Amino acid sequence: MESVSIVRAEDVSKAVGDLYREINTHLRPDVLEALNEALAREESESAREILAALLENQDISREDGIPLCQDTGLAVAFVSMGDQVVLEGGTLQEAVDEGVRNAVAEQPLRASTVTDPLERRNAGDNTPAIVHLEHVRGDRLVIRLMAKGGGAENMGRLCMLTPGEGREGVVRVVVETVRDAGANACPPVIVGVGLGGDFETAPLLAKSALFRDMGQRHPEPALAELEAEILAQVNALGIGPQGFGGRTTALAVLIEQAPCHIASLPVAVNLACHSHRHGSVTLKGEQKRLAD
Amino acid sequence: MSVRCGDRVLLSGVVFSARDAAHKRMVAALECGEPLPFDPAGQVIYYMGPSPAPPGRVIGAAGPTTSARMDVHAPALYEAGIKATIGKGPRSEAVRRAIVEHEALYLAAIGGAGALLSRCIKEAAVIAYAELGPEAVRRLVVENLPVIVVNDAHGDDLYEKARQGQAGARADEE
Ligand code: SF4
Repeated sequence: MESVSIVRAEDVSKAVGDLYREINTHLRPDVLEALNEALAREESESAREILAALLENQDISREDGIPLCQDTGLAVAFVSMGDQVVLEGGTLQEAVDEGVRNAVAEQPLRASTVTDPLERRNAGDNTPAIVHLEHVRGDRLVIRLMAKGGGAENMGRLCMLTPGEGREGVVRVVVETVRDAGANACPPVIVGVGLGGDFETAPLLAKSALFRDMGQRHPEPALAELEAEILAQVNALGIGPQGFGGRTTALAVLIEQAPCHIASLPVAVNLACHSHRHGSVTLKGEQKRLAD
Repeated sequence: MSVRCGDRVLLSGVVFSARDAAHKRMVAALECGEPLPFDPAGQVIYYMGPSPAPPGRVIGAAGPTTSARMDVHAPALYEAGIKATIGKGPRSEAVRRAIVEHEALYLAAIGGAGALLSRCIKEAAVIAYAELGPEAVRRLVVENLPVIVVNDAHGDDLYEKARQGQAGARADEE
């Protein structure tokens, strides 16, 4: 390597804080479009009313600077770090936490993290953030950030299927998860599915799938077809917006897959609510030549 | 009570917000024979923990949270005199029985419409358990808060009707 790319921890904090605030008050264009399409499709009056209210909600959020939802979520960061990147001034976790802390103090976003799952004392600043790191080639640091609410997150599922259960088993698990989540996950939902890997990679794949723009189908035709088939079955459940019936139970099904063991077929389902808040930022550091 | 399952209602008046941690404390108080932070007779509980109020506003985003988590505590509160609860998602069999028995209601507000619902809240004051932050008990004055009746005193359930494809039958009549 001839040069390194120096990224300052404080720039990471600033980028994360700005993004965390932004995604909580500005509904993404792909979600907005999907909600508008759903409104055009629905016939039941209550489903239409709810979808119209959600569209109005995002207008108000944008205008008033009030978060889309009071559950402004845990901050979940998927970070891709180029092999030339050197982070200066702190660890990645420290830098992300600082950004989250500042955003919670300023937005203001809701304090939704408890420090201990059983004692349940509120941390007050939503730290620690959840940080996943992937090391890639290049000179950039890409941060994808999601504000993940508890309602939808609680309804996710991991099933270790046997290979013999195959495609049918996968469809069954996903459809049952959405059915059992019902109104609790604030439908219409976005369904993230992780196939393969092992016990911990399948849920990571399911969550990372949720970052895909909803207008994009999976590049592999077989998976794109599987996404379409599951979406049709999920919407045939009739749960509808908020669980009061209708055609739109999910806005999209997004699948990611990875190789797995000859004995396993892990399937993870991570649900996102209609208030699907995520975004990304790319930091290009300062280039420095390495001394000979 | 004249409202029925499926009715859409605009609620105005006083409601008290409380969620997981506050419920745990309130039910513990009831068990010890201690008073609740407010007199529950005829009152409404909103399962909600708001985001902080921005400058010039009384409250931040203020939509409902998942009611099922309060199911273990709700029958005792209906027993104590609560007339209605507001949240999102279906209730347990025990809660539905308590609603029938006490001629009470369970109402749903639109989950994820926090900014829109915020505008319906005209006053907000923490009245108990301030140390719980967003989970503190608040006294709220609401105006035209849109809700839909899910469970009524007749034992009807709107989510069940939706599953059977008959939701909206009454809701669309108005
Ligand atoms: S599931 Fe989503 S929209 Fe519903 S309350 Fe939670 S964060 Fe808000």
